[in-house]
Amino acid sequence: MAYPFPSDAWVQALKEAINTSQAYREAAKTWEGDFFFVIEPDDTTTLDKPVTLYMDLWHGECRDAYVVADPASHRQPEFVISAPYAVWRQVVTGELDPIKAMMTRQLKLQGNLMKIMRSVKAAHELVRCCTMVPTEFPDQPTTS
Amino acid sequence: MWFFRSPEIVYGKEALSYLEQLHGRHAFIVTDATLVERGFLERICRHLRRAGMAVTVFADVEPEPSLETVRRGAQAMEAHQPDWIIGLGGGSCLDAAKAMWVLYERPDLDPDAISPLAPLGLRQKARLICIPTTAGTGSEATWAIVLTDRSAQRKLGLGSPEVLPDIAIVDPVLTQDLPPALTAATGMDALTHAIEGFTSTWANPFSDALCVHAARLILAHLPRAVHHGGRDPEAREAMAVAAAMAGLGFGNSMAALAHALGHSAGAVFKVHHGRIVGLFLPYTIEFTAYHGEGRYQALARSLNLPAQDDPTAARTLAATVRRLAEDIGEPSSLQALGIARSALEENLERLCDLVDVDPTVVTARRVPHREEVRRLFLYAYEGRPVDF
Repeated sequence: MAYPFPSDAWVQALKEAINTSQAYREAAKTWEGDFFFVIEPDDTTTLDKPVTLYMDLWHGECRDAYVVADPASHRQPEFVISAPYAVWRQVVTGELDPIKAMMTRQLKLQGNLMKIMRSVKAAHELVRCCTMVPTEFPDQPTTS
Repeated sequence: MWFFRSPEIVYGKEALSYLEQLHGRHAFIVTDATLVERGFLERICRHLRRAGMAVTVFADVEPEPSLETVRRGAQAMEAHQPDWIIGLGGGSCLDAAKAMWVLYERPDLDPDAISPLAPLGLRQKARLICIPTTAGTGSEATWAIVLTDRSAQRKLGLGSPEVLPDIAIVDPVLTQDLPPALTAATGMDALTHAIEGFTSTWANPFSDALCVHAARLILAHLPRAVHHGGRDPEAREAMAVAAAMAGLGFGNSMAALAHALGHSAGAVFKVHHGRIVGLFLPYTIEFTAYHGEGRYQALARSLNLPAQDDPTAARTLAATVRRLAEDIGEPSSLQALGIARSALEENLERLCDLVDVDPTVVTARRVPHREEVRRLFLYAYEGRPVDF
């Protein structure tokens, strides 16, 4: 079964993938920090409004994960990473290295940059977990 | 999307005389005591004075420069208000010059905050020239800075594209009389840059071209430079160019696992950077042999080495690196470096922790899990080719 991205079901599947990954547990064992991942609509998707995913990552574990209905009234997490859908699609499928994407400002990061740079291995394992989630992407149908 | 960044590179005989063409009022030279003794500093000062500049010298950079030294240098810059910063020396001096320059421009910053993701707004007060006196680090052509945090006993791998020098001056006269051991260790650093720059996951067509040619030059000329020294100026010049080229190559892709392990062991056991990354290079090539995605085969072919498939090419490359190291007197194991097994075992967890947080680990084509990192250290200790 494939989970639609970005949805509550998808982020729950990712949470499970993270919590069963020994490699992530090990790589992120000292990580403490929560995120908003903001997926912005662009002309490659049928999404019509931004979707914000919340993830609380703590000592190699995902403690909580869900779609945020109203980001403005939600507690501000330590990091916010935003990008258009097309960029997220590449990150989630492992085609685009998230650190490289941040360096080219394709992924826009708010938060302590150095903390992320010191945890590149954890970021790498997190992306590996994303690629393990069977995903259905809301791509805009291509016209020929 | 990716970038290719390069300083203006002035190279070849009499490249130093380019300093006379600079426009400015005050140059601040960052170097070390050895280079003052060797007379290079006076030569540089002469050129700068001919350009009409006042010169201030900070000659207190130590090997593996510390945060404290960098802060002191930045304060001295602040007192003299230079408009040109000149790093003169090996990687330590060049990296120190880069970091001091950042703090001179941005006294509000902590060195730890020098990151590729944060705009620094440099070049408001001064510009940077790097003049290497070894043929190895390639720091003159990269935006990387390696400092040592002595209190935390760790290397700080910092960097920002803005830190890329404006001008690199590569004059082979400066490396002509390098002692054989330093020629060998720094040459292994350059080779590691060339090979890892080509095989890292961020490799790109621009870095490929530079890394391949740098590797060719190094394999052909490093033994000559070590064994013949100043009697072989052609080898010296080729190595000077190759080191800058490898720096430019890996600076635009990234280093990989040999650097992650080398930074870790270098910080814990206080080993020369080039020597330690060169030591780990064949082990990490073997570790990645089945994950090279054709990169080892492509590189080996370009170097005219047997390469019927990627794993074979990787093993051939590893063997080539080991033969070269042996030829030029570089150690092939941690044991050969004089590290006691008990010291390795006592520090093993710390070594693994440092690898875990090293940014170069993720551009490896095979990212090791902790147990694999542990085994890599143990294999490198014993000098056993990696078979897992």
